[in-house]
Amino acid sequence: MIDLLATRGYFLVAFLLMGVGTYMLIGSPNLIKKVIGMNVFQTGIFLFFITSAFVEGGSPPLLSAPPPYVSPLPHVLILTAIVVGVSLTAVALGLIVRIYDEYGSLRESEIREVAADE
Amino acid sequence: MSSLPALLVAAPLLGSVLALLAGLIRSNTGWPVALVTAAVQVVGAGVLAMRAFDSTVSYVVGGFTAPFGIELVVDGLSATIALLVAVVSLAVLAYSRAAGPRTNAFYAVYLLLVAGLTGMSITGDVFNMYVFLEITGLAAYALVASGEGGRSARAALKYLIVGTIGASLFLLGIGYAFIATGTLNMADLSTQLAAVGHTEPLVQAAFALLVVGLFVKVAVFPLHAWQPDAYAGSPDSVSALISALVSTVAAYALIRIVFTVFTVEFLQANPAARSLLVAGAVVSIVFGSVLAVSQTEIKRMLAYSSVSQFGLVVGAIAVANETALIGATIHLVGHAVMKGGLFLTAGLIATATGARTVDDYEGLIQRHPLGAGVFGLLALSMVGVPPAVGFVGKWYIALGAVEASSWPLAVVILLSTLLTLAYFARILERMFFRDASPHSSAIRTAPDGGVAVDGVSIGMIGVVVAAALAAVVLGTLAFEYGQLLEPTVQALLS
Repeated sequence: MIDLLATRGYFLVAFLLMGVGTYMLIGSPNLIKKVIGMNVFQTGIFLFFITSAFVEGGSPPLLSAPPPYVSPLPHVLILTAIVVGVSLTAVALGLIVRIYDEYGSLRESEIREVAADE
Repeated sequence: MSSLPALLVAAPLLGSVLALLAGLIRSNTGWPVALVTAAVQVVGAGVLAMRAFDSTVSYVVGGFTAPFGIELVVDGLSATIALLVAVVSLAVLAYSRAAGPRTNAFYAVYLLLVAGLTGMSITGDVFNMYVFLEITGLAAYALVASGEGGRSARAALKYLIVGTIGASLFLLGIGYAFIATGTLNMADLSTQLAAVGHTEPLVQAAFALLVVGLFVKVAVFPLHAWQPDAYAGSPDSVSALISALVSTVAAYALIRIVFTVFTVEFLQANPAARSLLVAGAVVSIVFGSVLAVSQTEIKRMLAYSSVSQFGLVVGAIAVANETALIGATIHLVGHAVMKGGLFLTAGLIATATGARTVDDYEGLIQRHPLGAGVFGLLALSMVGVPPAVGFVGKWYIALGAVEASSWPLAVVILLSTLLTLAYFARILERMFFRDASPHSSAIRTAPDGGVAVDGVSIGMIGVVVAAALAAVVLGTLAFEYGQLLEPTVQALLS
């Protein structure tokens, strides 16, 4: 068990982040914090990809560098995924601004009360 | 012309930018740009479909050969979905000219959604599929939010958060599959995953994550929570477009992932994987229908009806034989036409009479005969009355389940027809056999209802009638189409 923790520590942290993110997403009543939770969750996934690409003593995949080489593909994928994540955050925050203008609150329960009164 | 698949994604993207730029010169100019783009898209998808049914068309993006580069692969199934996306988006445009949001930003996002959906249906690379899934998602969130008031913004935020979780699980599943095999190309993945071993925990986990991620996007019960709010909170033209296309293309992606990437052998080696699909299907069909019966708002009822209908498609995927898959494809196309048509009709009726709840529909036949007639026709088609397309899809799926002797599923599929009747019968009875109550006639004379009568355009009526006709005509063509699709499905299952 200890051995597993020592060698797979990075994976553990990645999944811990996903868990923390999901908890924030579900548990926090504040809309902004929900979006932060979503970001933490996604960051966990990004780190999982990057960790999986790690090669002990590896070098960039250039002909001039000595082997073993590191596959650049996971990094490229995550760059794309980060861009997607940023756009998602932007859209989410834009929607939250609109919700705040409409209901005057960021707390889910209060928004529900105002919406029920309409 | 061999680069047609790439142009099919590029054209709506270009149109989207043009619609935004046109807005700088003059406002409310997005519609003509979107119309031209959608028309081009229909022609392109049509030409591609004719070629794809002869032999699979593939296109290598940027000159990096597969499996290293991104490949676009178009077979009969992808071509069908791409053509469906093009045709439905053109039809909804005809409706939204008078009804929908008129801003250029709206039409720019509209075309972005078309680009994302088309990309998802023709890509042959799993990560590329994730990117298109997110483009589709982002465009859909923005479209849902294009309605007025706080309701649509709240619906869009909920949709965004749940949808992002789904897409992130999909990405995590891709990560597992990539770690297991080191490739992202779908065709290459299927051979490599078989080489790794279908019973390896890594491969099983990849399957579970990919499928559950797509379940969120398809809105399978209990991961459907975003869907009723999103459909009911958005403007009428948007709910029609999204209900007809977004879940449909996600279900197509599920077929691709299960059969092209993981293959039937994986399902045979892992009974638990098939149980996951069967469980999703059965729970969706039953609970979707039960929740639909208990709704008071028409658009929410139609949304829960989608949960139940997509249960059927997932059921067909679980059955995994030729007949069931042909049925799934026909039902995907049929459901898009019928549900899109129903949402547009509901919008038309709301514009003309102000009726938005089940009780408002009492005696509708006297107040708005056309809307009531079309709604009734589409509802009966959805129940599965022959010769409409709803019947053919369900017939094939049920027949497939019987052929595979998966009796519990076959019973639920047949039961689903009864359940569909349960929620549509409430409305049919109110529309045709009851007199308008004082309550609903009050709505008729309400000031906003009176003003809205002017809002019904010829385009709106034309699209709604065309959808009803298509539901019947497609039903008569569906058996021939099933034969046309046979080689594609055989290739998918081999």
